[in-house]
Amino acid sequence: MPDTAPPDAPAIAIQGLHKWFDDFHALRGVDLTVARGERIVICGPSGSGKSTLIRCVNQLERHQEGRIVVAGQEATADPKTLEAIRRRVGMVFQTFNLFPHLTVLENCTLAPIWVNGVAKPVARDTAMALLERVRIPEQAHKYPGQLSGGQQQRVAIARSLCMNPQIMLFDEPTSALDPEMVKEVLDTMLGLAEDGMTMLVVTHEMGFARQAANRVIFMDQGQIVESAAPAAFFDKPQHERTRAFLGQLLH
Amino acid sequence: MTFAAPLARRPAELSRRTRLRTLASHLVGSPLNLALTAAVALAALTVLPGLLRWAVLDAAFLPATPETCRATTGACWSFVLAKHSQILFGIYPFDARWRPALASAVLVGVLIYSVRPAAWRLSLTSIWAAALVAVQILMGGGVLGLTPVPTAMWGGLPITLILTVVAIGGGFPLAILLALARRSEMPAIRLMSTVFIEATRALPLLSILFIASIMLPLLLPEALLPDKLVRAVIALLLFASAYMAEVIRGGLQAMPKGQYEAATALGLSYWQTQRLVILPQAITLVIPALTNTIIVMIKNTSLVLVVGLFDLISSGKSALADPLWRSPATETYLFISAIYFVLCFGFGRFADMLERRNKVAR
Repeated sequence: MPDTAPPDAPAIAIQGLHKWFDDFHALRGVDLTVARGERIVICGPSGSGKSTLIRCVNQLERHQEGRIVVAGQEATADPKTLEAIRRRVGMVFQTFNLFPHLTVLENCTLAPIWVNGVAKPVARDTAMALLERVRIPEQAHKYPGQLSGGQQQRVAIARSLCMNPQIMLFDEPTSALDPEMVKEVLDTMLGLAEDGMTMLVVTHEMGFARQAANRVIFMDQGQIVESAAPAAFFDKPQHERTRAFLGQLLH
Repeated sequence: MTFAAPLARRPAELSRRTRLRTLASHLVGSPLNLALTAAVALAALTVLPGLLRWAVLDAAFLPATPETCRATTGACWSFVLAKHSQILFGIYPFDARWRPALASAVLVGVLIYSVRPAAWRLSLTSIWAAALVAVQILMGGGVLGLTPVPTAMWGGLPITLILTVVAIGGGFPLAILLALARRSEMPAIRLMSTVFIEATRALPLLSILFIASIMLPLLLPEALLPDKLVRAVIALLLFASAYMAEVIRGGLQAMPKGQYEAATALGLSYWQTQRLVILPQAITLVIPALTNTIIVMIKNTSLVLVVGLFDLISSGKSALADPLWRSPATETYLFISAIYFVLCFGFGRFADMLERRNKVAR
């Protein structure tokens, strides 16, 4: 599919976004523009709408009001636009969500073969190269259940990368991991950041935010409360709620 | 699995003596085990000698004539030996019985061929289509110089096999569609599936068969009316699909939401998600319940006797009507039961193999 957006267009443009779950007003007028290659960390208390926000980007959640333009494509109810967006946006989940009935390699080649129509041998080569990159090529023929949490999450990252996405979404990628496995996943994400991938990361790993993010966003009650470069965000938070949240994280 | 010792630490091979000792401790290791062993042994000693005498020692085998049978106090296997072709093939013309025999062999052959995982490719559907056409030609005749035989004269084993294979083979894909439809976000689709499933489950199979065989002829003009056997097959197929659909829906409900989300985020379409990600896992999850339903359906095929189709049981029953013999019903039904047992037990083993093969570590 040709990329119709001009080269300097933002990767993601969100304007006046509202989302309700029945009576619950989950997102209350969110505006966010993400430049190409920008890496944004989103934090905030649970229920603040941070996961909902990134799930709206690839339309796992439909929004009710506002506009979302991803890679030059506006998200509408038309399945074609959704398909176009999802081809360009990869997503990594808290609970990995690998397909347990398929091997690691099959997990990685499934979407390229069926969605993009890539030939099987080509898809395998790409998948092996990306498993190489997340440093687990030797596990290619195992099933997800035979792997540790950290390894599963790295496979999940490789699986998304196999679709050659322009944007990667991470929804609390290390929250379900044992502490000793957090680093291997964060290292993989840092590698991606260095390669210039556009990333939207919901996480409480503030070390990662300092090291990799261009911008840190604090959300509370469905709104973006504060948005700043990591240094400013951590050292001089402007809002009381941000200070309270950071205080809780540090103690 | 639950009762087994930790497998990983077990030596690769247990010595014969250890195994004997384990067996002995299971049989007489505790007072309760000892009492149970004694009770079972006593029951076996009471029943087995009599059974052995009836079924083997005193039983009549050859020559397969009514006289051999009358002279004995034991089982009359000579009747089964003499009448096996009538029990197996009903009132099918005697000279042409090689045709239902070959048709049954084709069905059993393709069934055995299909249970091997190596056979599970697209070509299997063409093999099945070819097999069903071959069965139709063999049974019905009218082409290739075979004398035409109307379905009213078909009977016995081929009827049971045809009903089983078509009702379950055709009912299964329909059941998947019904299960998906009942979970659909489109209200009309969901309603249609729910109404169909609930209505079918609420009616006894007998009345569905009666509707198909007696009421349809009153409602439809002769020219549009399918053959009686076809009507019974369709009735069984619909009935089986409603039950299997609910079992499959149970599996679909057990699937974590994350599996759908991951597939959607990767750009897979609804049908791709179902076929490649959800159904393989959901169906594996419900193999035990599905096996149950299918085995009940195999045995349900015998109910077609009420609408005048000669399945295995009704052809056995008509064989028993011969006045020359003393009508050994027990032996005949044991013979028929053995055939059903092979079908159902065979399917049970197949399901077990599937389950082992698809077991995933979670």
